[in-house]
Amino acid sequence: MNLAISVKGLTKQFGPRTVVDKVTFSANIGEVLGFLGPNGAGKSTTMKMIVGFLSPSEGSAEVCGFDVLKDPLDVKRSVGYLPEGAPAYPDMTPLGFLRFISGIRGFNGSEREERVQNAVRMTRIEEVAQQPIETLSKGYKRRVGLAQALLHDPKVLILDEPTDGLDPNQKQVVRDLIKEMASTKCIIISTHILEEVDAVCSRAMIIASGKVVADGSPSELKSQSGSGDLEEVFRKVTLNA
Amino acid sequence: MRNVRLIFIREFTAYFATPLAYVFIVIFLMLAGLLTFFMGGFLERDQADLVPFFEFHPWLYLFLVPALSMRLWAEERKLGTIELFLTLPISMNQAVTGKFLAAWAFSVTALLLTFPFWITVNYLGAPDNGVVFASYIGSALMAGAYLAIGSMISACTKNQVIAFVITTATCFVLTLAGSPVILDFFSAWASADIVQAVGNFGFLPHFQSIQRGVIDFRDVIFFGSIIIIALTANAVIIDWRKAT
Repeated sequence: MNLAISVKGLTKQFGPRTVVDKVTFSANIGEVLGFLGPNGAGKSTTMKMIVGFLSPSEGSAEVCGFDVLKDPLDVKRSVGYLPEGAPAYPDMTPLGFLRFISGIRGFNGSEREERVQNAVRMTRIEEVAQQPIETLSKGYKRRVGLAQALLHDPKVLILDEPTDGLDPNQKQVVRDLIKEMASTKCIIISTHILEEVDAVCSRAMIIASGKVVADGSPSELKSQSGSGDLEEVFRKVTLNA
Repeated sequence: MRNVRLIFIREFTAYFATPLAYVFIVIFLMLAGLLTFFMGGFLERDQADLVPFFEFHPWLYLFLVPALSMRLWAEERKLGTIELFLTLPISMNQAVTGKFLAAWAFSVTALLLTFPFWITVNYLGAPDNGVVFASYIGSALMAGAYLAIGSMISACTKNQVIAFVITTATCFVLTLAGSPVILDFFSAWASADIVQAVGNFGFLPHFQSIQRGVIDFRDVIFFGSIIIIALTANAVIIDWRKAT
């Protein structure tokens, strides 16, 4: 069974405002799905509902067969989540922070430490592992957030703007990491940087005003415009929404 | 239990990662000493007990405990870590309990560091150590009740100063609820039953009765239920408005 995420009619209203409007899609293991869209389109809110942080106003989301409303803890166990801005406790060191996460993820003794070391290695944060997170650069902070998300080797990774604000070298590190894991996981990333889609995604969904306005592989999306330019497609479908 | 323990350890060590812990403990001990000796007349009254020490605790806690509790949830909201924390595989009760217990353990640590007072009074005379022990229990329970209320209020905002001020005001009213200041306000318009109900919520009479050396089950239940009610409300509030 390859189906990892199944979302049906997912809707979120904040007061009178509908931020996410009947979003329906599914994603399989092996897919890297990019959420594309202008700022405020509802990408983050959709992600927050899938990981069980916000509860949907309507509709349902299933992760690895678990319903996010009925079995929230099972959903949280199956998912690695990087919230927007990669928040982490500023007074902790990456090692201390990851040890805490590792413990909460249910690992004990030597395995707890092994998981931490493995995550540190994968995200290449060895040199800053002992210094308080508040002193780290944006790029390292982002990688600490990534380390936290992939520490328990989850089937599903949900990364909210994993490369936002990083320099080209740092972006490359994160993209390589995503490509490395792509075959064994279902990964959703959100971005408003179009080059990201070409760089890592096997499929892209364009979201505007809370609705899915385009869904397909990067080449399929490009073929929707005469010039084969993703940017043109993006503008065309998001401006009218 | 495992998750509560892990959250507890993280939160408890977080106090010592910043100067907060040391500032808090030093100020608490200094103020406790000043109040006991100068305002309480510890030496002049020539009695071997710790009454002048304990009788100032409600007032000391009134502004020190909110300083501990204000960060519990408001800081998580401000930093955005609440999103990370609440998407870990933990239940809401574990999250609330772990944080509360860490804050409580920290305030009890500060309280226990007042042991030199106990040594002093035992050196100078022969106090009833049963009464002293009961007073410590009462003081810890009251700090717990203040903290639980503070944690609940901290859950409502991302502004720590607002959390501090509202917690202090709320605890002030609850502390004095049994006294004329508050009762007169209610007796002007409310029925006698309501006035009595409000009066029963006063922290002071419960604390004072424990301070006399009798750990009455009813007083323990009183503070215990304040803690449980406040923490339950805390969990509901967080669940209700997670994002803002």
